[in-house]
Amino acid sequence: MIHEQLKIISKQLIAKDTVEMTFRGRMAQEKILPGQFLHLLVGEGTNHMLRRPISIAGVDRQASTITIIFKLLGEGTNTLAKAAPGDQLDALGPCGQGYPVDDLQLEKALLVGGGIGVPPLYYLAQCLKRKGVHVTMVAGFQNKAQVFYENQFRLLGNYYLATDDGSAGEKGFVTDIINAEKLDFDQYFTCGPTGMLKAVSTQLSNQEGFISIEQRMGCGIGACFACVVPAPDSANGYKKICKDGPVFRAKEVVLT
Amino acid sequence: MNLAVQLPGLTMKNPILPASGCFGFGKEYAELYDLNLLGAITIKAATGTARYGNATPRVAETDAGMLNAIGLQNPGVNQIMEQELPFLANYDTPIMANVAGSTIEEYVEVAQKISRHPVIKAIELNISCPNVKEGGVQFGTDPALAQTVTAAVKEVSTVPVYVKLSPNVTDITAIASAAEAGGADGLSLINTLTGMQINLANRRPLLANKIGGLSGPAVKPVAIRMVYQVRQVTDLPIIGMGGVRTAEDVLEFLLAGASAVAVGTANFQHPFVCPEIIQQLPAVLEKYGFANAVEAIGKGHEHANTHLSRT
Repeated sequence: MIHEQLKIISKQLIAKDTVEMTFRGRMAQEKILPGQFLHLLVGEGTNHMLRRPISIAGVDRQASTITIIFKLLGEGTNTLAKAAPGDQLDALGPCGQGYPVDDLQLEKALLVGGGIGVPPLYYLAQCLKRKGVHVTMVAGFQNKAQVFYENQFRLLGNYYLATDDGSAGEKGFVTDIINAEKLDFDQYFTCGPTGMLKAVSTQLSNQEGFISIEQRMGCGIGACFACVVPAPDSANGYKKICKDGPVFRAKEVVLT
Repeated sequence: MNLAVQLPGLTMKNPILPASGCFGFGKEYAELYDLNLLGAITIKAATGTARYGNATPRVAETDAGMLNAIGLQNPGVNQIMEQELPFLANYDTPIMANVAGSTIEEYVEVAQKISRHPVIKAIELNISCPNVKEGGVQFGTDPALAQTVTAAVKEVSTVPVYVKLSPNVTDITAIASAAEAGGADGLSLINTLTGMQINLANRRPLLANKIGGLSGPAVKPVAIRMVYQVRQVTDLPIIGMGGVRTAEDVLEFLLAGASAVAVGTANFQHPFVCPEIIQQLPAVLEKYGFANAVEAIGKGHEHANTHLSRT
């Protein structure tokens, strides 16, 4: 992890309230695994005392760029979104532990993402494809206006889309698609809201898989114990989401 | 410029120390900068046995601050002594152990054990954690209990004892005086102010614990006022804290009567804030007419009587 002022080189709205932002910086030369995040300082002065953890959606080492995607959910993300190309954002990163792409032995991967949990899976899909793994992506969004990266995912493998209201793709949840399509895979990788993570990991409890947990964070480096998750089989009974995660083996932690 | 300050048990190169709970046991920040730069370090609270703490979410941002309800998560005093303290022996920065408990017996047990570890130079007696159901803050809001627990811990501790005061009281000076009567070697203040934030969309408190402790720049005026008031009733050395994020803030606490100043929430916003403050402090002290750090301590009281008579 390093501390760097990352220069914004592009920013665009890619879906309703959803911003894609790309930075240039030497951080892109660090070893970055999908699932790792940037811990971004928001604004100036005392307005925002907590940084915002935002997962990395793409890395281009040659261009030395890192891309993130975040949703406008409140004052903090609204302020982040006001920064313009040319501005710099104070970033810690890459933070946490990502999906262990290099160590994985598999031929077919199932990726399941919900809403703002989709971005890290895009970077994961790229890394897996590069490794020769066949990727199937199941993405869930609230409605058509929220959908992003459909075409990008389709270039990397199979793609299924579900929306809560049926305005795009199938009407229903990602778990409905997994049920209906009888998808064939060796391991699964999921990221999204806790309810979805629970549903997916329960549905796929006979399979090996990884989950990435969202949680409000304090320091983002493992010092403050704000973001923990029970891990009954570990030495001390818990894991720190920001430092030991946000990616965990599905059976390693108990979602609460 | 000489920034050194001397407090009971704590020989500090400068008056800056990270506050308990914001710095873990030092390892994470040691990856970012040299802990020898710090005046001292307050480590995360230790209890008699391991505590998991509260459910998540445990933190929420507020205007110029944050709420937390961690709930004293820690691996227990024995584990801390075995697993965490040896690493801190690599530094010549004095370590203060924050001691918490639910009963007087637990405070005594933890203090007795941890004060005997060679890296521990002082104890910060945490009678002010607002985030646990039993113990903690009741000792910090009742002067008689505060005096009793302080005396009990003083009896067993081999290092000086600083009593950490809760701001959630009507009269902070009553608790300060009680701690002094119990034999405290120093005071540290303030802990967090209790607060709550409600999510408009689901109409629920944002923290799983509902109530949390407010910290950050929003509480600094409260902290300055309390340090100032406590300074007027006791000569015990004070470690001041509450919303510190700049060298100017540090000077303000020194003027109010603190001999050392702890930095908490600001570490989350700027992980390098402590060394940055230390670097900037000489220029700030000089700008306001001080030749060293010690000279500034308590200098905000020179016109104390006139100011007080006007309010």
